[in-house]
Amino acid sequence: MTRTLTPHDVDAVPEPTRLATGERGGLPGVRSAADAPPSPDELRDDQVDGLELSARLAKTWGTDKGLIGALSTVDHKIIGRRYIVTAIIFLFLGGLSAVAMRLQLAQPENELIGPDLYNQLFTMHGTTMMFLFGVPIGEAFAVYLVPLMVGTRNIAFPRLNAFSYYVYLFGGAMIWVAFMLNIGPDVGWFAYVPLSGPEFSPGKRADFWAQMITFTEVAGIAVAISVIVTVFKLRAPGMTLDRIPLFVWAELVNSFVIVFALPAVVTASAMLILDRLVGTHFFNPAEGGDALLYQHLFWFFGHPEVYIIFLPATGWVSAIVVTFARRQAFGYIALVLSLIATGFLSFGLWVHHMFTAGLPQLGASFFTASSMLIAIPNGIQIFCWIATLWDGRPIFRTPLLFIIGFFFIFVAGGLSGIMLASVPLDSQVHDTFFVVAHFHYVLIGGNVFPLLAAVYYWFPKFTGRMMSERIGIWHFGLAFIGFNVAFFPMHITGLMGMPRRVYTYLPEMGWGNLNLISTIGAVIFFASFVLFLYNLASSARRGPMAGPNPWDAGTLEWAAASPPLPQNFDRIPVVTNREPLWANRDSLPVVTGLSVDNREQIVSTITHGRADLRESTPEPSIWPFIAAVATAILFIGSMFTPWAVVWGSLPLAVALIGWFWPKMSTEDER
Amino acid sequence: MTAGSSHPRPSETPLSHRIVLNARHMPSYSYGHRSPIWWGTLSFAAAEGMGFVMVVGAYFYLVFINGNWPLSAPPPDLLWSSLFTVLMLASIWPNQMAKRDGEREDLSRSRRDLVIMSLIGLALLGIRVLELGTLHVRWDQNAYGSILWLLLGLHTLHLATDLGDTIVLTVLMFTRHGHGKRFSDVGDNAFYWYFVVASWPPIYVIIYWFPRWW
Repeated sequence: MTRTLTPHDVDAVPEPTRLATGERGGLPGVRSAADAPPSPDELRDDQVDGLELSARLAKTWGTDKGLIGALSTVDHKIIGRRYIVTAIIFLFLGGLSAVAMRLQLAQPENELIGPDLYNQLFTMHGTTMMFLFGVPIGEAFAVYLVPLMVGTRNIAFPRLNAFSYYVYLFGGAMIWVAFMLNIGPDVGWFAYVPLSGPEFSPGKRADFWAQMITFTEVAGIAVAISVIVTVFKLRAPGMTLDRIPLFVWAELVNSFVIVFALPAVVTASAMLILDRLVGTHFFNPAEGGDALLYQHLFWFFGHPEVYIIFLPATGWVSAIVVTFARRQAFGYIALVLSLIATGFLSFGLWVHHMFTAGLPQLGASFFTASSMLIAIPNGIQIFCWIATLWDGRPIFRTPLLFIIGFFFIFVAGGLSGIMLASVPLDSQVHDTFFVVAHFHYVLIGGNVFPLLAAVYYWFPKFTGRMMSERIGIWHFGLAFIGFNVAFFPMHITGLMGMPRRVYTYLPEMGWGNLNLISTIGAVIFFASFVLFLYNLASSARRGPMAGPNPWDAGTLEWAAASPPLPQNFDRIPVVTNREPLWANRDSLPVVTGLSVDNREQIVSTITHGRADLRESTPEPSIWPFIAAVATAILFIGSMFTPWAVVWGSLPLAVALIGWFWPKMSTEDER
Repeated sequence: MTAGSSHPRPSETPLSHRIVLNARHMPSYSYGHRSPIWWGTLSFAAAEGMGFVMVVGAYFYLVFINGNWPLSAPPPDLLWSSLFTVLMLASIWPNQMAKRDGEREDLSRSRRDLVIMSLIGLALLGIRVLELGTLHVRWDQNAYGSILWLLLGLHTLHLATDLGDTIVLTVLMFTRHGHGKRFSDVGDNAFYWYFVVASWPPIYVIIYWFPRWW
C-alpha cells in the first residue's frame, strides 16, 4: 500500500461513474420529459468529427450578421470583448481627466483649469476609475475567460449577461455626456452628504452621479451572479473544487463580494436621490436623519470595492506566474484560502475610512486591528507567487515583467496602508496627497499593472495574434518609471500638508517642485499608454499569428482556437489535473453525446464536478437590449419625475415578458 | 505537474480527442439545486436580502441616533398589516403545492396552483395599498417616515415583481408552451416566493411592533 503515485496514476481518467452522476432528471415515480430519450433526428457529436463537427457547431452557436444580430448576441466572448474594450476606454477617459488635473497642478497658481471644472474632473476621474473601470474590468475578463477556463460553451444566463453589458454602457455614457454638457457631478467620487444633498448641491449634477451608481451596480450584480452559477454548475466533468484554476477562484470570490457589497452602495445612492428628489430626510439632521449614516453605507460597500478591484488581479497574477514559471502554483490551497479570507475580511474594515469622523475609540481600535489583519492573507499570496517563481524556471516575457512591477508597487502601497491603518497617523494625513499616493500605489499597482500583464497574456487568445514584445518592454519601462515618478513624490507632498481636491496652491507653500515632478511622471505614464494603444492597434492587424497555445500554458482556454470558435470547444473536455493541457499533451479526454444542431451544454455538480444534465442554453435575443433601453429610460426619467418609476416600468415589463416568453426554437421548447 | 521543456508541442495543431464519457442519455433538465436557475434565484435572493439588511441596519441606526422612536407620529396601525402577514404566511401552503405539482409535471394541477398564487398575490397587493393609508406618517415628514416608507416600498417592489412573474408564468402554462422544462420554472417561481415571504415577518415586526415596545 505504500507504492508512490506516478503522474500517470494522478492524471488517469477515472471510471465514468466518478465523472457522471447517472441520476434521472425527474423525481422518483414521475414520468418526466427530462428523461425522454433524445430525438434520433438530432445530430450529436458522437456521429460527426473533425472539421465538419467544428463547422456545424460554429453555425449552431454563431451570432447573426448585421446590427440586429450584433445587438442580439449572447456569445460570452463577444459580450466579454465589448465589456473589456468599454472598460479600457473608460480607463483612458479617467486617465485623461487625471492628466488634465496634473497639468493644472504642475505649478502654483496655475490658471489652466478653474475650480468648478476641477471639481468635476476629480469627481469624474474617481467615479470613472472605480465604477466604470475598476469593477467592470474584473468582471469583463470573467465574462470572456471563465466559461473557457471551466470548459463550457457559454456563461450561465447569457441574456442576463448581455443585458448587464448594455445597462453598464448606458450608465457610463450617461454620466460622460452629462460631463460634456457641464452638468457632470462635482461632489467627489463618494458624494458625501451634506455636500451632495439637496441643500448644497442644487441642480442635476449629483443626481447623475447617484443614478450612474444604480446603472453600474445593477449591471455588476447581474454579471456576478452569472459568473457564480457558471463556476458552480457549468464546470467540465472532472473539474473538482481543487482543480478549479486560480483565476476562476479569484473571480468566484470576487463575485460573492460583489453580491454582498454592492447592495450597500445602491441603498446609499437610492437614499441620496430620494432626499434630493422626493424630500425624504435620511441624511437631514434637522428631521432626525444623520450624515454619517451615508458614510457607513457607502464605505460598507467602499472597502470591499477595493478588493473587488484587487481580487480579479490576483487571478491574473496567478495565471501568468504559473504559465511563465513553468510549474504549478506553489501553495494552491493556501492561495485559495487567502482569497476567501480576503473576501470575508474585506467586509470588516470600512470604518478605517472614517477615522476622522469622531467615532468611539474602541471602534477605531477594532478597525485598526482588522485593517492590519487583512495584510496576512495578502502577504501569503505574495509569498506563494514568489515561491512559485523561485522554484520554477521563469521566462521573462512582457506579461511577467508587468507582474514583477506589480509586486514592487503593490507591496509599497501595502506598506503605506499599514501606516494609514493606525489612527494617529491617519488623522494627520487624512485627505492629503499621502492618501492619494497610497491608494494609487495599491490600485494601479494592484489592478492596472496586472491588467496590462493580462492584456499582453490573453491578447493572442482574444485576437489570434501576438503583441509586439519589443514595444511591450518599452511600454513596461515607461509605465514603471512614469508611475513612480508621478506618485512617489505625492507621499512627501502629502506629509508636507497638501490637501486633496484643491485646484491650486500658493507658491509659498513650497509644494511646487514636487508637483512639477509628479506632473512629469504623469506625462511619462501617459506616454506609456499611448505606446500601449499603438501596440494594441498594430498587433491586432499585423502581429504574428498565435496559434491556440502560444505560451504553452496549462489551462483550458488554451485548448480552444485563437480566437475561439463560437462553440469554444468541439467537445467538452474532461479534466484530470489543475493544468489540464500539461497533463494531456497528446490528446484531450472529452465527453460526447451533446447536440450539434442545438445549444446544449453540460451541467455538473458543485463540488465533484460530475456531469449531471445536458441542458440547453438560450439562443440570441434582441429583448435583453430592449430591456436595457427601457431600464435606461426608467432610471434617467426618474431623475426628472418620480412618476417615471411608474410609467417607465410598463415598457420594461413588456421587454421582460418578451425576453422570457419561449420562442419557436427547439431550445426554448425543452 | 510542470510544463515539459523537452519537446514542446507545436501550438498550431489542435489536440486530438479521446472520448471517455457519453452524455447522450443524460436528462435535459432537473429540479431544485441541480438546476442552474435555482442557483441564480438563490443568488438574487442573497443580493436583494442584503439590500433588506442594509435598510434594516439604517433603520436601527436612526433609532440609535434619535433615542426616541417613532419620531413625532403614532406607530402605524396593525389591522391591514396583520391581515397581510396572515395571508402571506398562509400562502406557503398553496405555494408548496405549486412546487410539488410542478415537480410531478402535473399540468392541470400546476395551472390551478398558479392561478391561486396569482390571486393571492393580487389580494396581498390590494391589502398593501390599504396598509399604506394607515401609517400615520409621510416619507417627507421626518427620517422615521423616510425609512419606514423605504422599507415598506422595498418589500412592495419584491411583491409586485414576483406577482408579475407569477402571472406571466400562469399565462404561459395555459399555452402550448406548458410542458417540460417549464415545470422546473414553476418550482423556481415558488422558491422565489418563499424569499418574499421569509423577508416579511422581520419587516413586519420592525415596522409595526418595535415602535410599540421601544
